[in-house]
Amino acid sequence: MANTQNATSANGATTAGSMSIIAPLAGWLVPGLGHFLQRKWGRGVLLMLAVFVMFFFGLGMQGKVYGFNTGDLLDILGFVGDVGSGLLYFVARTMDWGGGNIQRAVADYGTKFIVVAGLLNIIAAVDAHQIAIGKKS
Amino acid sequence: MNFDLSHFTAAFVFAVCASTVFGITQRNTPREMVRYGAYCFALFVGGVIVASWVMWAIKH
Repeated sequence: MANTQNATSANGATTAGSMSIIAPLAGWLVPGLGHFLQRKWGRGVLLMLAVFVMFFFGLGMQGKVYGFNTGDLLDILGFVGDVGSGLLYFVARTMDWGGGNIQRAVADYGTKFIVVAGLLNIIAAVDAHQIAIGKKS
Repeated sequence: MNFDLSHFTAAFVFAVCASTVFGITQRNTPREMVRYGAYCFALFVGGVIVASWVMWAIKH
């Protein structure tokens, strides 16, 4: 009986341990997926919507998607923020979206929307990690 | 796909999305999440309105 309980708790600990790595990675790649994996459906949908809306509104406003660069510090930070969107970023780069438009003031807001979408997604991925390790319900 | 948002609409969309994420990630219970999200939203939008009046006052 005691052996069965120990085996069950050890199995649960292993699952929680692997989830603490998988959930934030999945949440980074696909916004909200880290919460879906832990059956937090409502939170996952809201996080996914928030990040998707920010990202696609940014693209719609003709914001710029930064590529990898070693130039200006703000451009490097822009790239770091953009990569936070996970697959959205790589799809945008692959499809050649987000060329930017310096003639429109709104396009500059769009650039910031895309960066902030990535940063919000990183916060969401960290939250998925916190849930996986039991620091948050 | 081409959105031509006004400054206020852009700030409003930003406030909705950011406060949603802040509310969910920074609090533990659903009730607290809603309250904190609403608080952040009010600060974002209120900050925009206050800043715009300050700029108007500076100009005049």
